[in-house]
Amino acid sequence: MAMAALRREGRRIAAPLINPHPINPLRSSLASSDREHTLLGVRSISTQVVRNRMKSVRNIQKITKAMKMVAASKLRAIQTKAENSRGLWQPFTALLGDTPSVDVKKNVIVTISSDKGLCGGINSTSVKISRGLHKLNAGPEKECKYVILGEKAKAQLVRDSKKDIELAFTELQKNPLNYTQVAVLADDILKNVEYDALRIVFNKFQSVVAFVPTTSTVLSPEVVEREAEAGGKLGELDSYEIEGGETKSEVLQNLTEFQFSCVMFNAMLENACSEQGARMSAMDSSSRNAGDMLDRLTLTYNRTRQASITTELIEIISGASALEG
Amino acid sequence: MLRQGPRFLLSRASAASMGWRRQFATDLPAETAGDSKFVEAWKKVIPNIDPPKTPSAYMAPRPPNPSTIPSKLTVNLVLPYSSILSGKEVDMVIVPATTGHMGVLPGHVATIAELKPGILSVHEGNDVSKYFLSGGFAFVHANSVADIIAIEATPVDQIDPNLVQKGLAEFQQKLNSASTDVEKAEAQIGVDVHSALNAALTG
Repeated sequence: MAMAALRREGRRIAAPLINPHPINPLRSSLASSDREHTLLGVRSISTQVVRNRMKSVRNIQKITKAMKMVAASKLRAIQTKAENSRGLWQPFTALLGDTPSVDVKKNVIVTISSDKGLCGGINSTSVKISRGLHKLNAGPEKECKYVILGEKAKAQLVRDSKKDIELAFTELQKNPLNYTQVAVLADDILKNVEYDALRIVFNKFQSVVAFVPTTSTVLSPEVVEREAEAGGKLGELDSYEIEGGETKSEVLQNLTEFQFSCVMFNAMLENACSEQGARMSAMDSSSRNAGDMLDRLTLTYNRTRQASITTELIEIISGASALEG
Repeated sequence: MLRQGPRFLLSRASAASMGWRRQFATDLPAETAGDSKFVEAWKKVIPNIDPPKTPSAYMAPRPPNPSTIPSKLTVNLVLPYSSILSGKEVDMVIVPATTGHMGVLPGHVATIAELKPGILSVHEGNDVSKYFLSGGFAFVHANSVADIIAIEATPVDQIDPNLVQKGLAEFQQKLNSASTDVEKAEAQIGVDVHSALNAALTG
């Protein structure tokens, strides 16, 4: 009966193999098997239990190692694209300057995040920065809305800022990112959202272990004109001659829309790289933890095995000496 | 005293070189006025989290406006997929603006030009390289730096004339048979691009 109970325990342990918290069911089963044994008067954990746990931890280690390899190969593919696209936003910043502290009535925060999890803390960082920007730009006459790309940020922001979310896009990485897709997306956002300033929040890919949260600001054409008249960074804009288009405002509108799509393209690529890099390091630390856990379990297993052998020997010897004596 | 001399000089030299090395380590350009305003405002409202970086922290600062006209024009041609030319010093570029082909020489007045599909030619000494651009923007700054941002740019010798003719005929047919405004606009764009390609190959 004890063996049947243990076998049942074994099956219960094997089932939640890809459980992120394999400890809890195990702890309860270990405790219950412990209780069973203590009821019978023997204090030891069965080797079967430890062996099952070792098997599940070993499987988890294999899976996370494989996920790390997959993330590494995806990173290699997308890293060259991201690095090539880095020249795209520089001319716009050179012309229009970088104005994160601009004071406008309608702010829209575009948060870029991933759809899949297990990628470390980058999505939480983006959401924290978005919330910070929201707080920074909140005011009596100002309003601040969110446009969310990716499931993870949506899940986090829906909890407390549901009324501020204008648009949410998911499943953007089904096909490899290309400029046409991003241009359509940018067009969608620009058409449906009223904005004076768009603040794009993403994680810039510095290296495989370093991701820097960054925010780029794209202003609407009216705000650009207003800032140009006010002077400061955009003050030199008036000195530029405009070629093409009928009026300056038309050209400025095309310019800001083009700037938004270019900056979005680079931001999405950088965020995708950061996601794969973060996943690599998360899976790597997970495999290492699983390895440590496996070492500890092996020691426990050996101790348990030796203890049961010793117990058997004691029983035999005491039985033999009782017969003799 | 004399023995201590070289050690002192050595320590001075090493301190100087260490200072120099430290300057390299902080290679980022200085924060501009707008950025520091943002950083301060952020720190007041959200003191626990570091403020996010902004694009100007990742860009090398542009050269200031020179007093005399420089001899060469610095050209950057960027596409979403690659930077074809970055910081190349040339004599002249001819960009296909919507108002016609515009030549840009060093010392050109600062301009923002919208581009239509057409040929960009880059003149350096006696070499001329021609690229067919799909459209975009060109900025010419007062410091003789020209930024050309396009969606696609192919060298003219990589374009197949047969496919161009076929495409032109196809889009003209679509334009004639188009019913809705959207279809008409799409067909018109196709016709424009293909005729520009045609002109590029023949002209």
